Formats: sequence, C-alpha cells, structure tokens
Amino acid sequence: MVKVENISKTFKKVQALNDVSFHAEKGELFGIIGPDGAGKTTLFRIMTTLTIPDNGTVFINNRSIFNDYMEIRKNIGYMPGRFALYQDLTVEENLNFFASVFNTTIEENYHLIKGIYSHIAPFKNRKAGKLSGGMKQKLALSCALIHKPEVLFLDEPTTGVDPVSRKEFWDMLYDLKNMGITIIVSTPYMDEASRCNRIALIKNGAFIDVNTPKNIINSFNKTLIALKADNMRQLLKDVRKCSHIKSAFAFGAEIHAVIDNDNQIEDINNQIKNLNHKNIEIYRIPPAIEDCYIWSR
Amino acid sequence: MKQLLSFIKKEVLHILRDKRTILILLIMPVVQILLFGFAMTMEVKNIKVAVSYQYGDELAEKIIARISASEYFHIVQTINNPLDISSLFKKEKIDTIIIFSDEFSNEIHKGGISSVQIINDASDPNQASTVTSYISAIISSFQNEIAGSVQPIRINTELKMLYNPELKGSYNFVPGVMALVLTIICAMMTSISIVREKEFGTMELLLVSPMKPAYIIISKIVPYLIISTINLLTIIVLAVMLLDMPVRGSFMLLMGVSFLFIFVCLTVGIFISSLVANQAAAMLISGMGMMMPVMLLSGMLFPLDSMPKFLQIIADFVPASWYFTVVKKVMIEGQGLMDILKEITILTIMLAVLVIASVKKFKVRLG
Repeated sequence: MVKVENISKTFKKVQALNDVSFHAEKGELFGIIGPDGAGKTTLFRIMTTLTIPDNGTVFINNRSIFNDYMEIRKNIGYMPGRFALYQDLTVEENLNFFASVFNTTIEENYHLIKGIYSHIAPFKNRKAGKLSGGMKQKLALSCALIHKPEVLFLDEPTTGVDPVSRKEFWDMLYDLKNMGITIIVSTPYMDEASRCNRIALIKNGAFIDVNTPKNIINSFNKTLIALKADNMRQLLKDVRKCSHIKSAFAFGAEIHAVIDNDNQIEDINNQIKNLNHKNIEIYRIPPAIEDCYIWSR
Repeated sequence: MKQLLSFIKKEVLHILRDKRTILILLIMPVVQILLFGFAMTMEVKNIKVAVSYQYGDELAEKIIARISASEYFHIVQTINNPLDISSLFKKEKIDTIIIFSDEFSNEIHKGGISSVQIINDASDPNQASTVTSYISAIISSFQNEIAGSVQPIRINTELKMLYNPELKGSYNFVPGVMALVLTIICAMMTSISIVREKEFGTMELLLVSPMKPAYIIISKIVPYLIISTINLLTIIVLAVMLLDMPVRGSFMLLMGVSFLFIFVCLTVGIFISSLVANQAAAMLISGMGMMMPVMLLSGMLFPLDSMPKFLQIIADFVPASWYFTVVKKVMIEGQGLMDILKEITILTIMLAVLVIASVKKFKVRLG
C-alpha cells in the first residue's frame, strides 16, 4: 500500500533522510520510531506529497508522488505533528469544513469516526483552541479520517498528550486498523513501539532496522543487565569504569549495561561494593525496544 | 462548488469571530472621512484678526467692514499700539494683524498712494499664504471700486477655480481615502489571512487535500471584496452627504474603476502572502510597502507634479496613484470612459502582471 524506495533529502547542509526504504501492507499499523530531529517529519511530508525528495520515490497504492499527487491527496489522511486546525472555529465547524473539503459529509462516514468523535461530541460547540490536548488530538484524527482515506499518516500524534489519552488513542488506532485502514504513525516514545505491527527505527535520517517489534527484540544478541543503588549518579560513573562493562546508559530509575555473559555479574557486583555503594541491585533483564535502539550499531 | 461555498463560509466565520478587526474595518473609512473632511481641513476658516487704524478713518473702516463680513475672518481686536505685536501673537492667539498707515484716507485722497501692512503668523506657511491672498484680494477689489476713470490702465487678473471654486480640501482627500482604505483592506487583510494559514500549519492540511489552489484563493478574496464594497459605498455616501462632494461623472463608471482597483489590491495581497511566512512580515510589507506609497506618492497629500523626477517614476508604479487620478476625473471633473482609458489600461496591465506572478508563485507543495 505504501512503498518507500531509497528516499534521500538534504536541507542546505543537513542530511535529513539518507536512503530510506520500507513497505507497508494494506491494513498494517506501521510505526516509525526515533527521537526528535531524526527525520520523521520530513519523511511524512514526502509521503504526503508536500515535499519532493532529492532521490528515490514513493508509491501510495501504486500512485507516484511525482505524477499522481492530486490523486494521492484525495485518498490519504494526514495529521501533522503540530495541532493544525482552526482554533477560532468550533469542533463541529472544523469537522464540517474538512468533510466538505473532501467532498463528503459527516453523516456519510460517521461510522468511521464514531468511536473517536463520541468522546468530543459533548463539546461540539466549543472552539477548537479551547480543547484539552487529548481532545485536540481526537478532533484532528476525526478530521483526518472523515473522508475515509486509504492510508492514514499520523506524525507524532501522542506527543504532549497525557498517558491515559495516549492509551485511548492507540486503542482507537487498533479499531481503525481493523477496519482495513493502513496507518503509518511516528512516535518518539519507544514504549509505544510494541503496539505497532512492524516498526522502523530511525536515527539521524537513516533506518537502523525494519521489522516486527518482537523480531527486533529477539535479534538483540548481547547480554543486558540492570543496576540500581542509592547514589545513581555516582553509580553510572563507577559502572562505566568497571571491567567487563561494554557500555552503560541511564534508563529512568535504572542503569542498563551490556556485558559478555551472565558469569560476569557477580564480579561486577563485587567491584561496585568495593566502591562503597549501598542497596545495590544487579540482575539480568530482557531487552526492550529502547535498548535495541541505543545499542544498534 | 460545494467545496468552494463551505470554504467561503469558513472565511466569513473567521472574520466574524474576530469582532475587533471587523469593527475596525467597517469604522475606519468613516473615521478617516470625518477626520480628513473636518478636522484635518486645509481650508482657512475662523481666522482671528487684529486691526490697527486711526479712529474715524473712513476708507480704513470700510475695508475692515468688508474683511469682517467675510466668513473666513473674525475681527477680534482693535489695537492702538502696533509695537506689542509679538505679545498679541503669543497671548491672544491672533493669526493676522492688519495695520493701516496713520493718514490712510487722506493719503489716498491726496496722492492716491498709501499702504497697509499685513502681519501673519507664518509658523503654518500654508495658512499664512492663503490668508494673505484672501486679504489682498479684498483690498484690491475695494481699490478698484474707489478708483476713478482717471487712474492709468490696469490689468486685473481674474481667477477662476474650475470644478472646485471654493478650493475644498475634501476634493483631494476623499479620492485619497478611497485609495487608502481599499489598499489596506484588500492588500493587507488578504495577505494576513492567507499567511495565517501558513503560520498555524493549516495550509499544510489544505495542500494535502483535493482542494484546488484557485479555490483557496477565491475564498480568501470574496469576503474582503464584500467588505471593501461596503466601505466604498460608505465613503461615497459620507462624502456626498457630509462633505458636499459631487459625483459629476457616471456612478457606474466610478464603481467599475473601483472594482478594477480592488482586484489589483487583492492580487497584491495574494502576491505578498506568497513571499512571506508569518503574519508580522505580511503586515510590515503591506503596511510599509503599500500604505506609505499610497499616502505619499498618490498625490493625496503632496502634489506629484512638484516632486523630483525619480519619485514621480516610482509613483507611476503605485496603482493607487492611477486610481486617485481616475476618481478625481470621474467624480469631480465628470469625465467619461474615453477620458480615462489610459489609467484603466495601466491598471489592467498591473492586474494581469500581478495575477501571473501570483499564480507562478503559489506553491502546490511546501516550500
């Protein structure tokens, strides 16, 4: 459904995208995971025909972004990273407007947005600018869906949204996927990766890996440990000096480190103890997507 | 068509929601007409005059009676000591002092020669020279009446001010205000409303839709076309009712030329919006780039003929200066279509160039 082939794009001296390729099948929920500035938004703008790539091409349902862009625009839904609806129009006016822009009506495709719009319907006479972050996202998603697109492009839809709304939002994406809509979604939150069918990890404009979240985790072929102690800052410095430790990073309340094998854990424990750390915890952990991202290449 | 209508409806909603702006847009022309018509008038009225003459001087008293009979002058004081002139100007707010020589009547009866001194507050040079010419006119007409046939032959120049015998300033200001208001609303507001879509990111959504670029532009234009038509009619009605402006030529011709000018301004607004990325820049460019030339180079405040050549050439590229000329020709001089063909042609060429430039500049993708 979405075929991206060898896309490169350079802005002045910054290489935003470097030889990016992937394939998303019909009805697939495809995630593009990477931190801010990795090139996600540029990739979305190329896929939605807004920007022309320097190299490579994109086909949306066998239509080229160069020649058939008008046809593509009729059949995709796009939700930019920044809230981009008319703040001085009400919820209902916004939805009505976008429906008529695509030559359709709310009634015609209401079944598509029902699950989402029902959350904000009680506020339909409120101005869009006065909605909460989560409600704004729901309205933007409704507006992107109202013309029954073949493919839905969501650029960081959950950034700046509270955890409860984020969970709700992903549940909605599941419902849409089950209706047969192909969804390409980007996110900087690694914990959301597991909710996609397949993901692409993007770093500095290049894809590191494209696979199912499970396969990406399974292909992590290093021994990963987590460490904890009272003085975490000092611990990170000390751990990095320990023998056997390849590399270590702070991960929320823990330190994750890579070693050669399980037998070295005891030795590391002793080294840290000698440095006067208290309440030391050290144990082997399975990798998460974020670990795969950090230790890739 | 439904697409276009709902887009126009959306634009109208934007304008109606912004109560302050719509109020300013509708009231601005009224305020400008009232300001330019009444407060900022360049006509001289209510000039305070002090006179100094010998009591009982027959001819001097007759001249003074004539001056005070004129609607422009108020004789507020008779002074005895012409020496404290400066205190009169400072304390009494006198505008003009007329001093007759001591033996005024006697000198005239005897030798036919005497003199009157007119002292003006020339800190406002325009007013001073107008006042002087009014007073000299009164004195010279009086002089002609009392002069017998024995006088040597004299040639009197007789002035006739065509189309505007009373030299009303409003004849110049009303066409100027029309050009100014139409420029502000059409060029500035249109460019701001398009650039706002860019700034808020909604242009990105509109581009990723089957919406034709032409529809986007048409729907941006229509509301401001309506507002500027309302403004145009307001200005004409106010000018005719309050300022006694005539509409000597064809009203339809006036409206036709005005619509041509409105379209020129609208395309200027669209062109500006394709150059800049945010509302502040759009405001600066349309403000500095459009309003200033309209004020300074249209002939509204300063006559173009007395400007240096290069400013006149720049003025030729300001659409408002051509519109200003046409409005004066049609409204005041009552000229017809054939007399303004040159201006209409130039405005049409400007419109064509701007439309082509804007269409070329409008991007169907992000920049």
